[in-house]
Amino acid sequence: MCTNCGCNGGKQYTVQGDGFSVDHTPPGETVIVDVHRALLFDNDQQAARNRQRLTEHNITAINLMSSPGSGKTTLLERTIDELLTRYRIAVIEGDLETENDARRIRAKGVEAVQITTGNACHLDAVMVGSALQQLDLKLIDLLFIENVGNLVCPASFDLGQHRNVTLLSTTEGDDKPEKYPLIFRASDLLLISKIDLLPLLDEFDLQCAADSFASVAADTPLLQLSAKRGDGVTQWLAWLNDTHQQLQRSS
Amino acid sequence: MHELSLCRGVLQQVTRIAEAHHAIAINAIHLHIGPLAGVEVELLERAFPLVSRGTIAEHATLEVTRSVVTIYCAKCGNRCEPKRLFICNSCHSSVTELLSGDEIRIENIVLKKRVQTDHVH
Repeated sequence: MCTNCGCNGGKQYTVQGDGFSVDHTPPGETVIVDVHRALLFDNDQQAARNRQRLTEHNITAINLMSSPGSGKTTLLERTIDELLTRYRIAVIEGDLETENDARRIRAKGVEAVQITTGNACHLDAVMVGSALQQLDLKLIDLLFIENVGNLVCPASFDLGQHRNVTLLSTTEGDDKPEKYPLIFRASDLLLISKIDLLPLLDEFDLQCAADSFASVAADTPLLQLSAKRGDGVTQWLAWLNDTHQQLQRSS
Repeated sequence: MHELSLCRGVLQQVTRIAEAHHAIAINAIHLHIGPLAGVEVELLERAFPLVSRGTIAEHATLEVTRSVVTIYCAKCGNRCEPKRLFICNSCHSSVTELLSGDEIRIENIVLKKRVQTDHVH
């Protein structure tokens, strides 16, 4: 009978703890080892390291998530145009293939690191960690991480960001939040994008979208936006500004 | 959608644990998966043999317990299994905190330990 790990020396050996406790089970035996550990434990630890590095450099990191084609890169282009005189900006671009988005950002005079994930449907903390190595963090105030266009997987992976911003474009269904509750639930701000197209889209009802969002994300704020025409851009910039100030005060 | 990479994550963690316990094989891996974890259990089970082939977990059985969604209502203090996602059953508020249901957790693993072979020559 072992008093350290609780194994009873009988038929069933069990080692309690987190997977790495002392094990007094005799050689050759079969043993149940308790683990009780999140599968994404490694990712979450790396995300915490990323967040700490970013915070130490007074950087506000925003993770942008949405379906493909909802206007993340266009929003970034507009944001850079509006904010580049006030903030030093950098972008991490996640895509399955191509450097196209990074090129669009670089054309604005902003540093962009492209992560091509190959077959992976989301960014993870390790990918973002190595992208951070390629950036001079001393020269950044705002870091945008444009996640892979996907409403499912990115929600599960903490990258080390400070805030999540999700886009829902008017060309998608207004019931998307309830269909993909996790990603909308994880949002700190929802942007309903491409509202300049609303007159052409009878199927998209702003009130339905807002109700659908509220049912999964309670009182999380929501903005209507057209990066192209400029609607809502002032409010979006104000949100970014407030978020940055708030994080500066708390760090 | 990312079940393959999740399987790789499982394999990495259990391999480290198996090595720490001087195991020669992992017989079973017991996971807890919530309905909001974004994981298709069936896909995970199909992906696992592809990822574990030729490893210490090659013959491991994957046992999955599906957990339930529970929430805490910030408004009325009720804890419940919501009938409608994230909505409190008693006061219908959506200002709730998720207590469980989004987890993917390795609960325990069953290891076959190495027979001692430390001979003194």
